Amino acid sequence: MNGPDNTISSAPENQAQRPGRDPVHWVLIAAALLFAAVFLVLPLVNVFAQALSLGLGPYWRALIDPDTRSAIRLTLIIAAITVPLNAVFGVAAAWAIAKFEFRGKAFLLSLIDLPFSISPVVAGLLFVLLFGVNGLLGHWLEVHHVRILFALPGMVLATIFVTFPYVARELIPIMRAQGREQEEAALTLGAGGWKTFWHVTLPSVRWGLFYGIVLCNARAMGEFGAVSVVSGHIAGLTDTLPLRVEKLYNEFDPVAPFAVATLLALLAVATMVLKALLEWKTQRER
Amino acid sequence: MSIELKNVSKHFGTVPAVQDISITVPEGELIALLGPSGSGKTTVLRLIAGLESPDSGGIFVRGAQVNALPVQKRNIGFIFQSYALFKHMTVLGNIRFGLKIKGWSSERIKARVQDLTALLDLHGLLERYPHQLSGGQRQRVAIGRALAPGPDVLLMDEPFAAVDAQIRQELRLWLVRVHQELKLTILFVTHDQEEAMEVADRIIIFSKGRVEQIGAPQEVYEKPVNEFVARFVGVMNILELEVRDGVARREELEFPAHGLADGQKMRIGFRPYAVQVSSNITAYRYLAVLRRTYFLGVMLRLEMELPSGLILRSRISKEDYARLGLADGHTVSFQIRSYRILSKEDEPLGAEVATAYEVPPHLGEGI
Repeated sequence: MNGPDNTISSAPENQAQRPGRDPVHWVLIAAALLFAAVFLVLPLVNVFAQALSLGLGPYWRALIDPDTRSAIRLTLIIAAITVPLNAVFGVAAAWAIAKFEFRGKAFLLSLIDLPFSISPVVAGLLFVLLFGVNGLLGHWLEVHHVRILFALPGMVLATIFVTFPYVARELIPIMRAQGREQEEAALTLGAGGWKTFWHVTLPSVRWGLFYGIVLCNARAMGEFGAVSVVSGHIAGLTDTLPLRVEKLYNEFDPVAPFAVATLLALLAVATMVLKALLEWKTQRER
Repeated sequence: MSIELKNVSKHFGTVPAVQDISITVPEGELIALLGPSGSGKTTVLRLIAGLESPDSGGIFVRGAQVNALPVQKRNIGFIFQSYALFKHMTVLGNIRFGLKIKGWSSERIKARVQDLTALLDLHGLLERYPHQLSGGQRQRVAIGRALAPGPDVLLMDEPFAAVDAQIRQELRLWLVRVHQELKLTILFVTHDQEEAMEVADRIIIFSKGRVEQIGAPQEVYEKPVNEFVARFVGVMNILELEVRDGVARREELEFPAHGLADGQKMRIGFRPYAVQVSSNITAYRYLAVLRRTYFLGVMLRLEMELPSGLILRSRISKEDYARLGLADGHTVSFQIRSYRILSKEDEPLGAEVATAYEVPPHLGEGI
């Protein structure tokens, strides 16, 4: 009953038949590489060059500045709150959309995309209009001494709004492609709803989920526009890393803004590496 | 376990998938649910499993109604057409999934996995992932996973559709053997009448969400209750006759009128084996020219054209074909040894006669 196993081997391509000897091929590759070098690599290198232009000492001092350390802490706190919330929401929304039929499904789908289509500054303004002193809930909040704007809650809300779609958008196509059959199989084998979710649904999309979380995290830590509107820019209190970079830059500091920017640049590089790894892994999940 | 469906109906939106179906499956039988695609056979399988719930009617297992019993509690093994293996688990992980859910001890799981490895010839595959397996291997893993927790009934949705012909043949034989060894009630869905005939103790034939006939393979083949079954199970010559001068006729062919008056119509059907052919043109009453010969293994099917242009199909063994010295283009004489009345005017025989349904050419070969 052993059939030949032809699913994992792929025939090596005939070298002579491969396209690529055409000069157009090389011109296109060179153009793409040049573009990437000028617009992507050069600025990145420049950030590090500027940051280290006066040596490691000033670089290090810029990073351990109390206000900068506070910005790092705040950025990590915001990410630590928003990313798990959006991960949970993203999984739930993707599961509902990909595997069930219900009224309002198309509406939910466009709602998830909304943050992609709204300018982050406008997103921030929405919260100002909602929670500001003259806003819809402003008076009630004032009376009950609840601070949302120019404080952590407002910044978390703005970040959640902006990073809302990443996990769901990544998971929906994977879950759609997988269909319901693996879950139905788990049910027929005696697993209940939760066991099926934990042992079948979630593991079968784990790399896609991880990928969505990495993207969501990168955006949460790097978000500027929406957070800028609701933060109030109080040094040492409501400055996140991107806001801190802007503030230092406006103060004409030659090293500090670039030094802080290297942290965000490193985050970007780490995200890219993880993204490449995870894209390769998610291919197998589809 | 015995399974009974009483007046079960199921709609998807406004589309009726299953309409007022009643069937009984005795314990330990190997049953084929046969029908063209969209005939409701897979829905019936899913209803029994509890993956769908009926709009009306009752599903009974060993006499107890299970309508409200969730899938997990029904103790069934289900094999999906796509196998639905857990892609992120190894073969071993897939097989022991149901056992872990049931809380078996690791020694017991180990012993069970060993038994199934032997039964399904999975040696050396346990550490592989589904994407590293061939189609036939995946199929066997899916069966192993379904059998592992010791289900009362095995439900298989088009189990052999996705593997190539040779493996399909082996799997059929294997299924019959496993059925005999494990004494399981097995229901499998298929659109391949040959597969159903070869494997099943009994066949349930579906059309448009209804059960057309239930019976042993020989019974549905030799005594189809209506034209749909006759056409779907095996090849059949079908003629529409009109009574003139007290004889039912179609072109030069004549049959008794069966009590019908002049001008009335009747449909009859006969299997190719009922058409007896001779190379001696005076042996039988009718003449025809052999147009084409189909080789079906030990049997041959002859397509022959009557002088009026009517085409009939006959079946003959290779030995007889050689003994009579037949070849395409030869003129032969023939007789029709037996036929069945499918419907008389104002008096339809079957519950439903699907005249528009064409048997796909790949079905019916060999029968």
